[in-house]
Amino acid sequence: MIPLAWPLLLSAFLFTVGVIGVLVRRNAIVIFMSVELMLNAANLAFVAFARQMNSIDGQVFVFFVMTVAAAEVAVGLAIIVNLFRLRESVMVDEANLLKG
Amino acid sequence: MIAPILFAAFAGILVVSSLLVILHRNPVASALFLVAAFCALAGIYLTLHAEFLGMVQIIVYAGAIMVLFLFVIMYMNLKHDIETGVQIAVRRGLGWIAGGVMTAEAVLLVSRNWSVGPTALPEAIAASGNTQAVGQVLYSRYLFPFEITSMVLLVAMVGAILISKSPREMKSQPVAPPKPVAVPMATVIAPAPIAPATVPVTHAPEASA
Repeated sequence: MIPLAWPLLLSAFLFTVGVIGVLVRRNAIVIFMSVELMLNAANLAFVAFARQMNSIDGQVFVFFVMTVAAAEVAVGLAIIVNLFRLRESVMVDEANLLKG
Repeated sequence: MIAPILFAAFAGILVVSSLLVILHRNPVASALFLVAAFCALAGIYLTLHAEFLGMVQIIVYAGAIMVLFLFVIMYMNLKHDIETGVQIAVRRGLGWIAGGVMTAEAVLLVSRNWSVGPTALPEAIAASGNTQAVGQVLYSRYLFPFEITSMVLLVAMVGAILISKSPREMKSQPVAPPKPVAVPMATVIAPAPIAPATVPVTHAPEASA
């Protein structure tokens, strides 16, 4: 039996890595990958608590999160492709037309 | 128990590969490390007795989503740092060694008639995971959200197609008849020029004037 703290600590670490990736990297695609890491951290916490509570509902929520993540990736990558067509670059600090 | 050991192993892979996702300079390498991270996460789901989610993690994340990522990265043809010759040589050597080890393992396994998991089928079905439980909950208590997710996917599909369409294609929806190109007779009956590419350009203003 795996104690609850292990997957929760792993989830926290994964979320932190995702946050750092979003903050540090400039490539929009890598930022998207970091967002995926954060979503997976949330999924891991869901699964861990579903195991602890002996309930199936957490796993169903993970299923929904995966669906929304797939939709988000499709739309987001389309936006990134459009950005690349406009700017010839996917670096987020070069897309600064609205900067005050 | 073997589950904590497996959990620790997969957690180690997950930690290392997720760090490499954000630390590697090449986006393609980042995407491949993300695939490794997702596969390790699927293993963690298995140790936490979420077998259905482990399979879905492999199929949806490591399969569909990462293929989409890699497709976009390849489509953009991003510039990345060029490797030097020594690195390529070392990497090729390591690749051959790893491939040889894997081949030797496979030959060893096949020759010793090795099979994975319990061979007794009824036990395997009894321990086949929670797919049935997830399905029952998904189609009874969460039926309405489940149907809404299909709507979300439909909207995302239409949105992705509409956004990624180039502006040129959008503007040319009402197909305009092509302008009749007036071929000046001077170009037709002109004597054979020395540089053919420059002849229409030089003759066009004369014809219009």
